[in-house]
Amino acid sequence: MAIDLSLTPEHRLVTESVRDFVAAEIAPHIRGWDERGEAHREVFERMGAEGYLGAPIWERWGGAGMDYISFGILCEELERADTAFRVVMSVHAGLNSLTLLQWGTEDQKERWLRPQAEGRKLATFALTEPGSGTDAAAMTTTARRDGDSYVLNGAKLWISLADLADHFLVFATVDRSLGHRGITAFLLRRGMPGLETHTIHGKMGIHAGNTGGIYLTDVRVPVEDRLGEEGEGFRIAMSAIDQGRFTVAAGAVGLAQACLDASVRYARERRTFGEEIGRHQLVKQMIATMGQGIEAGRLLCWQAAWRKDRGLRSTRETSLAKWFCTDHAVKAALDAVQVHGAYGYSSEYPVERYLRNSKAAVIYEGTSQLHTIIQADYLLGYREDGALRCPPVPSQPYLDAE
Amino acid sequence: MKICVLVKGVPPVGTERLGADGRIERTTLEPNGADEYVLERALQLAESAGAEVSLLTMGPESATDALRKGLAMGASSAVRVGDPRLAGTDLRGTVAVLAAALRRIGPDLILAGTDSSDGGAGVAGPAIAARLGLPCLVNASAIEVAAGSVTIRRPVAGGLETLRAPLPALVVGTQLLGEPRYPSLRGIMAARSRTIETWSLADLGLDAPAVSTIVTGSAVPPPRAGAEIVRGDAGAVADRILAFLDARGLP
Ligand SMILES: Cc1cc2nc3c(=O)[nH]c(=O)nc-3n(C[C@H](O)[C@H](O)[C@H](O)COP(=O)(O)OP(=O)(O)OC[C@H]3O[C@@H](n4cnc5c(N)ncnc54)[C@H](O)[C@@H]3O)c2cc1C
Ligand SMILES: Cc1cc2nc3c(=O)[nH]c(=O)nc-3n(C[C@H](O)[C@H](O)[C@H](O)COP(=O)(O)OP(=O)(O)OC[C@H]3O[C@@H](n4cnc5c(N)ncnc54)[C@H](O)[C@@H]3O)c2cc1C
Repeated sequence: MAIDLSLTPEHRLVTESVRDFVAAEIAPHIRGWDERGEAHREVFERMGAEGYLGAPIWERWGGAGMDYISFGILCEELERADTAFRVVMSVHAGLNSLTLLQWGTEDQKERWLRPQAEGRKLATFALTEPGSGTDAAAMTTTARRDGDSYVLNGAKLWISLADLADHFLVFATVDRSLGHRGITAFLLRRGMPGLETHTIHGKMGIHAGNTGGIYLTDVRVPVEDRLGEEGEGFRIAMSAIDQGRFTVAAGAVGLAQACLDASVRYARERRTFGEEIGRHQLVKQMIATMGQGIEAGRLLCWQAAWRKDRGLRSTRETSLAKWFCTDHAVKAALDAVQVHGAYGYSSEYPVERYLRNSKAAVIYEGTSQLHTIIQADYLLGYREDGALRCPPVPSQPYLDAE
Repeated sequence: MKICVLVKGVPPVGTERLGADGRIERTTLEPNGADEYVLERALQLAESAGAEVSLLTMGPESATDALRKGLAMGASSAVRVGDPRLAGTDLRGTVAVLAAALRRIGPDLILAGTDSSDGGAGVAGPAIAARLGLPCLVNASAIEVAAGSVTIRRPVAGGLETLRAPLPALVVGTQLLGEPRYPSLRGIMAARSRTIETWSLADLGLDAPAVSTIVTGSAVPPPRAGAEIVRGDAGAVADRILAFLDARGLP
């Protein structure tokens, strides 16, 4: 009886209530928001009121204290409606808040994590720069120690919620000659002198979300807002990404599910040659393949969740889930457009939006190429997880059980 | 102040199916929509007037999911009357069983929905009040409680009427009470520790209710051919529907 894939009543309730939320708050408006490129912060605030923004954070720090399966369901159901709302979960809850839970001091958790978990402050994560993405250690943003504070200079780009977030987890190097050993993590807030943000226009997808840049000009950050030790930033960023990638993977399952739902509906309605198109074998193949990847992907997410719930390291499992689920979502979206024929190519149906949105997830949180390399390196024995000063923490239900 | 909300577990609307035995399949149940509206009002009264909200259902094991949702919305306790001998109970039996359970719970105020999405009789609430000899206020679009009494407002021909009755009493509320909340994640987690009590007929000192009505047949009407389904942009859909009606000289 070691493996049990049954969902608890709480898991079913999370599914149901997020579906109700999405049906009322997102689904009726999303087409217009996407077409007009509107990010609606008030919806993010409502997500906060429902406890979504603090879903996996312990109740002690103002969160809902959910397990990772529930967190995954939440991401899946949100992205089934639109990617923009899952992105909020990724950067706010995954990359930022869960990282504070793992690496923050008690004082930092009180000052930064609690307001985020309670949904009072919106948070994001800023690693990427104009000149460095996959090769994050090549960053040029600097942090110079000056008395009781650091002075940060540089620019971050492609940052989700850049123009909306209140809190930023920012990475900078204290000494570029040290490579990744010089990278250090800092907690910044909007309104600090020298911190400015802007929005990127002309994105291919996620038009109902916000992506942009952060400029740092002599931004003074007190020492108590340094997360972790000096030079520990790269490890912190990588463990943050272990959380972010999980949300992206689970969300991608939801996006693929939305593709399947739309395709099944259409295949049962549209008729050619005297039959529903679902009766044609080549259409069946597209439907079957969508379903195949959805179920395999969901199981990979659950495998990662199983480890995370118990506070076990899950870098390999999470990368595998993220790689598989996001690649599959792109394929599912391409096929969903195909099943819809010309109608799929128009915004009258949601599948073209799914396709545009799906493509981002094979780029952020590690490109598919990077995950291919990570997985190969684990298999070849070129890569091993080192011990962390602050190891992953279990989710609250498992903490309570201990 | 103890408020008990009658919550029927019904199959999710749109997924209802008659099983092989001719009865509605009840494997997946959720709270009857109309009951969520009165529950919402009960929860508001709990917050503003310090009332304690319990839930009561009669139904199979799967009805516990409906109760769990109510607990996650904020109710503090729940009872399911479940007994193999209750399968196939008709309206009269349901009313007798729920009335007996209510006697045991002893609430000051009982709230029921207008009707269920599966059975749709729309009489269980008033019938229970009659059986318990309680005042019964129906069609409520607003409910207020004060020491020893309940006041409702309801739409009547030509206007709004305000009615008051001493407690204990039973009120049937409508959707005009206001949109029910979603269970928040914190609510879902908090509800984990609340247990759902199950009472059998023996617990209530009842025999299996005699079935006085007999289902003599059930059938699924064959789907009608020639339906056209229009989807997509609201404007385009409206145009298509108008063209469809136009082509038939309607309206
Ligand atoms: C919508 C959106 C939101 C984002 N949100 C955030 C955010 O909130 N915070 C944040 O920090 N970043 C964010 N990003 C940035 C994202 O993480 C980076 O774009 C990503 O890491 C890739 O970096 P890059 O764009 O610089 O591509 P590059 O690193 O320049 O890669 C270009 C190409 O080269 C390939 N490549 C690179 N190195 C290798 C290698 N060693 N072997 C094989 N192939 C290689 C890549 O796979 C890719 O195909 C976001 C990006 C997008 C599109
Ligand atoms: C011969 C016969 C056999 C039947 N067999 C079955 C069967 O096997 N299984 C089955 O589930 N039903 C069965 N039914 C239907 C069942 O008896 C009715 O659903 C029940 O009497 C309530 O009627 P209603 O749903 O029309 O409620 P309504 O009068 O429309 O409900 C009004 C309100 O009363 C409350 N309420 C009603 N029923 C309940 C309940 N059970 N628990 C809590 N609150 C409630 C709710 O607040 C509801 O909004 C059978 C009916 C007949 C006639």
